[in-house]
Amino acid sequence: MEKSVILQVRRYRPEAETEPTWQSFEVPFQRDWMVLDALNYIKDRLDGSLTYRWACRMGVCGSCGMMVNGNPVLTCATYVESLLPGPIRVEPLKGFPVIRDLVGDLTDFLAKLERVQPWIVRQDQQVPAAEHLQTPEQLAEYKQYSMCINCMLCYAACPIYELEPAFIGPAAIALAQRYNMDSRDQGAQNRMDVLSQHDGIWSCTFVGECSVVCPKNVDPAGAIQRYKVAATVDWFKSLLLPWGKR
Amino acid sequence: MGKALNPSYKLYHPKWYRRRMPIFWWLGRFSYTKFITRELTSVCVAYSAVVLLVQIWALGRGEDAYRGFVDWLRLPGVLWFHLAVFFIVLLHSITWLNLAPKALVLHLAGRRVPDTVILAGHYLAWLAASGLVAWLLIGT
Repeated sequence: MEKSVILQVRRYRPEAETEPTWQSFEVPFQRDWMVLDALNYIKDRLDGSLTYRWACRMGVCGSCGMMVNGNPVLTCATYVESLLPGPIRVEPLKGFPVIRDLVGDLTDFLAKLERVQPWIVRQDQQVPAAEHLQTPEQLAEYKQYSMCINCMLCYAACPIYELEPAFIGPAAIALAQRYNMDSRDQGAQNRMDVLSQHDGIWSCTFVGECSVVCPKNVDPAGAIQRYKVAATVDWFKSLLLPWGKR
Repeated sequence: MGKALNPSYKLYHPKWYRRRMPIFWWLGRFSYTKFITRELTSVCVAYSAVVLLVQIWALGRGEDAYRGFVDWLRLPGVLWFHLAVFFIVLLHSITWLNLAPKALVLHLAGRRVPDTVILAGHYLAWLAASGLVAWLLIGT
């Protein structure tokens, strides 16, 4: 059994370097350690300047997504043991500008997320007298998409997002779909206006990796393809049906 | 804080590092290579459509023009090339149909139609269309 493992960590210290470099750390091997535990060991014992995001350590907050051996993963859910004998290469998520070490800048995503209105939109402005009831079947329609934790693994897996940074991207579209399919929502047309643009669903060429890497089985690729079908039907309706019947 | 080594760095002003996408990014992961291969097969689909249009155009120009077109199709080099195109278009069709359940979500009697049924429906429709074309070409 291994007694230690080497972690090669991508460092970027903008005050000292113009480009990222690799730094190796030897950490003790423990069977129950995740990659995040190994990073915390480095931070606590070897180099306190190592910078990365983390919070819940239980795959809920979506903060600790990183590229590990080239794959976008949640480091709190990836066993060191599964990557032996090493070395284990840890990098920031692809597709995002790096602020420092393993921390990417998510400003672009947050702006795009706001554009798709990921909240329940109602056309009636009055506060309802009672809550909007929903059947279990209606809940099941969108529940899968509501599991998104904004971990950004899907963006890191999507080569289109890196090639065309204007692309709204998988998670934002999946979340738009989550609200479109909610029986209480009335904002589908608002979202369609944003997502039917070139930077929306039509930039997606269905690589499909976003769904493969998603730790919550949200299936953003499926959401985007369904959206494409809906947008096409919408367009045909506007072309063929007379006013008022659309 | 130590002496700054990066002359363009200003204190308290973030200086992001933006990676340049390598030109051969699609070789770095098997799924990316598979995706690019699938996209490239579209060229052969477009080529097949052009050949069909040329065939119709030759048919419209009379018997001699059509015979000339058929003679060109029978050249050994053209035959081998079209055999390769056929298999590439076949690959394109299969990968295309396999993705159909992702895009098509149907409900029947309040229950979601399983992916396998949607997939089977597509393959059956494909077989029926191919059978019809084969019957038109060979059977009549």
